[in-house]
Amino acid sequence: MTERLLEVTDLKKHYPVRAGVLRRQVGTVHSVDGVSFSLGAGETLGLVGESGCGKSTVARSVLRLIEPTSGQIRLDGEDITHLSKTALRRHRRSMQIVFQDPFASLNPRMIAGDIVGEPLAVHGLASGKALEARVAKLFEQVGLRPDQMRNFPHQFSGGQRQRICIARALALGPRLIVCDEPVSALDVSIQAQVINLLIDLQKQHGFSYLFIAHDLAVVAHISHRVAVMYLGRIVEIADKDELFRNPRHPYTQALLASVPIANPLAKKLAPLVDGDVPSPVNPPPGCAFHTRCRFAMERCRIERPVLMDAGDGHQVACLLNDGTGQSQ
Amino acid sequence: MADTSDLVLDVKNLKTVFFTNSGLFKAVDDVSFTVSRGETLAIVGESGCGKSVTALSLMRLVPDPPGRIVGGTVTLEDTDLLALSEAEMRKIRGDRISMIFQEPMTSLNPVMRIGDQIVEAVRLHRNLSSREAQNIAVEMLRLVRIPEPVRRAREYPHQLSGGMRQRAMIAMALACRPALLIADEPTTALDVTIQAQILALILDLQKELGTGLVLITHDLGVVAQTAQRVIVMYAGRKVEEASVEALFAAPKHPYTRGLMASIPAVPASGVAAPERLNEISGTVPSLVRLPKGCAFAPRCTLAIKRCEAEYPPLTDWGGGHLAACWRAAEVAEVA
Repeated sequence: MTERLLEVTDLKKHYPVRAGVLRRQVGTVHSVDGVSFSLGAGETLGLVGESGCGKSTVARSVLRLIEPTSGQIRLDGEDITHLSKTALRRHRRSMQIVFQDPFASLNPRMIAGDIVGEPLAVHGLASGKALEARVAKLFEQVGLRPDQMRNFPHQFSGGQRQRICIARALALGPRLIVCDEPVSALDVSIQAQVINLLIDLQKQHGFSYLFIAHDLAVVAHISHRVAVMYLGRIVEIADKDELFRNPRHPYTQALLASVPIANPLAKKLAPLVDGDVPSPVNPPPGCAFHTRCRFAMERCRIERPVLMDAGDGHQVACLLNDGTGQSQ
Repeated sequence: MADTSDLVLDVKNLKTVFFTNSGLFKAVDDVSFTVSRGETLAIVGESGCGKSVTALSLMRLVPDPPGRIVGGTVTLEDTDLLALSEAEMRKIRGDRISMIFQEPMTSLNPVMRIGDQIVEAVRLHRNLSSREAQNIAVEMLRLVRIPEPVRRAREYPHQLSGGMRQRAMIAMALACRPALLIADEPTTALDVTIQAQILALILDLQKELGTGLVLITHDLGVVAQTAQRVIVMYAGRKVEEASVEALFAAPKHPYTRGLMASIPAVPASGVAAPERLNEISGTVPSLVRLPKGCAFAPRCTLAIKRCEAEYPPLTDWGGGHLAACWRAAEVAEVA
């Protein structure tokens, strides 16, 4: 990998659970529990997992939209974990986010052109005619017509709204764009348009994506590397091709086996896991997946596996086969 | 297709419209299909294509006003549902035909125990004592593989996980052994590992009970793994119908083909995923201002003059593979 744009080390976010009249703390939600990864310039890291695994919390912590409990976030080598709001502002320009719901993340009373131009105005980078020209160019880049700048969000379809969100994220020339489920609210045919747009923009501008999604196929499509999360931890991380060809964590294998394949001749659905994801309030001791794992051993109930190299930069947190996981 | 005596549901020329301020919507426009005992028919399409309104029309649950079923027949085991009075329909709904929805939390009563909700459904249709109905409720919960069914029956919906709630919904829907089950996006709100469990459960139960199943989904993966036959809908109309094998092997409608090409696939071993996805340009048209000809023509790469002028009829291309496209014969060659 080339230079490292983002480095996250041992990130934790815990929420207290309070109950009773005195609001005493009765437990802790281990939303993110020791997550480390790095992201190179121009690279896309996909973060997959099921609801409640902490992937969105990671996304928001990286941008300091929520304050992490502990850990370190380095952007371009500089530690931004404890920067003050004013100091952070300088960095806001280089990191942007696109949210899942383009209906909720656009101000309904602002015209689209103002929404996209707002970051430029706030940072004092352009005004008047120059601002308008910049916004028009951004509209073109995301496949919208500049004459649509005067329209309000409700006059756009879901896919177009997501394009507005992308244009707004592009406005400041960011180096990192965090995409939190950017296509899950869209129809299949529109989803493909937005994914293609994201790929094209990355090729032109060379920024990095931290791409959060629950849909493995979408992640597989857009990412260079993929990390799989379960109950607040990364259980496996590898190059995309390697991860999908040779998944080593039983959870990743179960996840892959659960995806219905759009081919009636392919192997029928065979759920590899039973039961539900345990509560992150009291995550199981040892390996958090042991309660649903087909291969769980006595050790898995006690010992907490850490990410270990299984060869070729393929890291897996599983005690099986001396910490290299299970081959399929 | 199947033997007519095996037919559970026969829908002919169903038309459902909505009267709104901005005009008349033809949400379901001249849709026909059949479902046999033990068969799974998938209805697939994107938001606004009319798949959910079709389901609601079968259940006679279209809100009136603004909606109304204005034409066609829906025959469930020799009964024309559209000819029944509301009181008669209520007797059939939940008994011979029942439905499960996408979001179990909104269709379960939050202040009633799970077991009691099933008991209520059963006693509405069967002359049973409370004790007998309780036993059926627990038995149903066991059938949908909810662990500790006796304890779970006494719990409230909020105490159950999303997957468990959907299981409870299925238990309730199947408690009276309906001839037809309609499942409207039953797994869309669920995580993928739970989705696999629920789909497997629905199919197992269907086999066991011989229920006909109408599965409504936007996910072609789910279609391929569960259905025997498929209907593709676009802007209120059925644009294609085929056996699942025929549809995936050689789609005849350009929309179906576009839809299949636009879904990203989890890469199989050794196959690198293509960089860009095929996309269908444009967006789904508004149902109020539908074009005169084929509704898909403005987005279609194969569209010719005729497509804009005349709506193509549904044509049988052999073996019950129907498609409504003037250029269906060429779709396969271009693909």
